[in-house]
Amino acid sequence: MADQLSQVFAALADPTRRDLVARLTDGDATVGELAEPYAVSVQAVSKHLKVLEQAGLVSRSGGTHRSPVHLEAQVFDLATAWLERYRRQAEARYRRLDAVLAALTDDAGTAGAHTTESRESA
Amino acid sequence: MTTTKSVSIEADKNVPLVRITRDFASTPAQLFRAHTERGLFAQWAGPDGMDNRIDYWDARTGGSWRYVARRDGQEFAFHGSFHEISPERLVQTFTYEGVPDGVALETLWFEDLGGGRTRLHAQSLVDSFEARDAFLGSGMEVGIEQGYAKLDELLASGDV
Repeated sequence: MADQLSQVFAALADPTRRDLVARLTDGDATVGELAEPYAVSVQAVSKHLKVLEQAGLVSRSGGTHRSPVHLEAQVFDLATAWLERYRRQAEARYRRLDAVLAALTDDAGTAGAHTTESRESA
Repeated sequence: MTTTKSVSIEADKNVPLVRITRDFASTPAQLFRAHTERGLFAQWAGPDGMDNRIDYWDARTGGSWRYVARRDGQEFAFHGSFHEISPERLVQTFTYEGVPDGVALETLWFEDLGGGRTRLHAQSLVDSFEARDAFLGSGMEVGIEQGYAKLDELLASGDV
């Protein structure tokens, strides 16, 4: 399981592959179409697509260069889940900070109470 | 459904940066203290459920810091430098010693929302997307099972 996730992260660590993924969010495209804007061969783009495919990020309905490449969007939900987990950890940390800050506010409140006392005694 | 999603987190698409914002019922000055005073910082920093021991802490521009978080006999150490300490913003480096070559540049500032409320802005810049994803993906085991459970589900569904 961990290997699959590492593959996803590794696949997205490359700028060309991130760019390919970004373009596939617009819709399916063939290898030839994907290779067009790059100064690299169709074979080089195919290689990148293979890495994305092995990570489960894209799929191809056929084996030819004319087969459309499809982005497996649900894999990004997984990335979102990891972001959410990180967010929850940050939230847990900041709740402790809330408590620390509340103690600081109590100090100020004590000072306020003194003021009230002196008003009462006045 | 009582979970409040008050931390907002955003991973930048173009640079390996993570941005966090979070509102607090306190003043910017109090938040500044909680981030720079050794005794206060130790009470809330680090992963959940850990005891923090501050090894050294010199919160001034050009100073340095190190602390060790401990849980169930396991220790996780962190260190860095205070690049800039001012009421307007805090700039510091952050290294998890388990990945000694990795370093994040952290910038924090406190936005006064008025009425005793302050918005904390924290951004963390690392040196590669790979490091950023590892940073987001690791979190030192806390909740990692949830991440894997989700992955299990995904793989079991046959959609991948």
